[in-house]
Amino acid sequence: MTARRAAHGLSVLALCGAGLLGCAGAPATTAQTPAPTTFDAAQIAKGAQLSAIGDCRVCHTAEGGRPFAGGRALPTPFGTLYSTNITPDADAGIGRWSRDDFRRAMHEGIDRVGRHLYPAFPYDHFTRVSDEDVDALYAFVMTRDAVSAAPPPNRLVFPANVRPLLAAWNALYLDDRRFVADPSQSAEWNRGAYLVEGLAHCGACHTPRNVAGAERKRQRFAGGDAEAWRAPGLLAASPAPVAWTADALFRYLRTGFDREHGLAAGPMAPVVDGLASVPEADVRAIVTYMTSTAIASRNVPASEVVAAAKRRAFDAAGQHAPDRATVGTVRAAYTEDAGEIIFAGACATCHYQGQALPGVEPVPLGLATSVNDSTPRNLLHVVLEGLGPVPGDRGAIMPGFGEALTDAQVTAVVQYVRARFSDRPNWTDIEKMLHEIRREKAK
Amino acid sequence: MIDLTVNGRVHRVDADADTPLLYVLRDHLGLNGAKFGCGLGQCGACTVIVDGKAIFSCVTPISVLGGRAIRTVEGLGTETDPGPLQRAFIDEQAAQCGYCIAGMIMRAQALLDANPAPTEADIRRHMAPNLCRCGTHMRILRAIRRVADVGKRAATPAPREPT
Repeated sequence: MTARRAAHGLSVLALCGAGLLGCAGAPATTAQTPAPTTFDAAQIAKGAQLSAIGDCRVCHTAEGGRPFAGGRALPTPFGTLYSTNITPDADAGIGRWSRDDFRRAMHEGIDRVGRHLYPAFPYDHFTRVSDEDVDALYAFVMTRDAVSAAPPPNRLVFPANVRPLLAAWNALYLDDRRFVADPSQSAEWNRGAYLVEGLAHCGACHTPRNVAGAERKRQRFAGGDAEAWRAPGLLAASPAPVAWTADALFRYLRTGFDREHGLAAGPMAPVVDGLASVPEADVRAIVTYMTSTAIASRNVPASEVVAAAKRRAFDAAGQHAPDRATVGTVRAAYTEDAGEIIFAGACATCHYQGQALPGVEPVPLGLATSVNDSTPRNLLHVVLEGLGPVPGDRGAIMPGFGEALTDAQVTAVVQYVRARFSDRPNWTDIEKMLHEIRREKAK
Repeated sequence: MIDLTVNGRVHRVDADADTPLLYVLRDHLGLNGAKFGCGLGQCGACTVIVDGKAIFSCVTPISVLGGRAIRTVEGLGTETDPGPLQRAFIDEQAAQCGYCIAGMIMRAQALLDANPAPTEADIRRHMAPNLCRCGTHMRILRAIRRVADVGKRAATPAPREPT
């Protein structure tokens, strides 16, 4: 979203909000907080699993910080938000919150003292979650270690920094109804729908947002933003050359890797990390629900797409950088075909026939979602930062090249990879995107 | 042909543009400090410094290095006059088989150049990519801390013991 569109959206929002200011405030509650020992162990255990599905810990933990103590910077088009401390510390955390305060935050987006919470906290999904499950989450977070760390103050632009305006946002965009099962569907499908639309809040990243930062419901799962990464379109909207199947999606969500699509990276890595620890039936339910929506059909069978991508990788490896003897001037040998030469020297060792790494076969680049997406954003992240191992494994998978390569060299190799391995049109915004990512990192 | 600036000296190198820097250092320039470990950027034995950053020379083609400053362990000191970090590695007896050490020293040097007084967490995070199979990690960390502590106390050079 451009800054200008964002500013426009905010002014629209400000106008809508002006009329609603009178009813924007919500009263603080005075209910009592139960002692940690009064929570039932089974309820806490259930809350732990729900928390893993909801990824609470991911946003509510700063890099290198204590779990659930908040302080993680969340970049938004309206400025930077810092996640809150949801440990039971009385002052910095939610130690004074009653069960009803917690329910109100989850279902209405209002904190204990009556302030509106920002929708970066996906209460617009948590409205779907049952009271019983919200109570289990409450039992879980209230029995974590209390941490007294307070997050830094938010840095938002006007008028996004005026919290009462969120009453207008809620009036326009918040559907505060609980989940209602569809009796025409199976119990598994309904469980999946409940999790996907509620706690797992998949759409929060994978659905594009409008100028006011609300999900465009009619473009559900068409692809959106996740922090500085692209959250690719899902299923029907997936840019992957091989169509997703239920088996592939289950493998990906459960293990973080599918050999015909790639490795979960960026903000998706902690999501699959969480899904590795929840009951398998819940992941199956998510898959059942997701794959019941239209999956993109492909004209070419998957086996042919895979074979073609492997062939292409093999051909690329067989091609050598121009021989120094055949290139005219001294300097030309090192600047012509810059991307191809970098690929040959830096990438091809692993990415040739996909058999160089002991035990690990890299996904043929032609199949990787990042190489085929509408934006070079994720491929740039991978080239700059590398890839970590899938959950439970040790060691590096791919080293980052952000320090070895200059911006021009990164651009050249990303351009080459797109042109060489994908059938989609060349990217024209690689450099712009690269500068954005570098700027974001420098913050 | 490409001109590479290694430890302040310009070398004209006759090699294919996609040749990894590591091969050129060892085979063309006789700088054998950096080692071939995995050849895949996974172990760090080949680590050298380019423009102040620690990089894996086994997966860095020379085509990207024209006009950039390359530093190897040979640039930090000599056998008879080791640099402060090399001295600290000797004093702590941080090498067992020694294969990883040139890479370890260069990665640590990049950190100390950017931040002369790193915290323990800074050091551990920064050194994580480099592996040592002998298990001398605690000695390696002690050696780095030795130089880091000197940096913390004052900007004076590390005390040199007679060699």
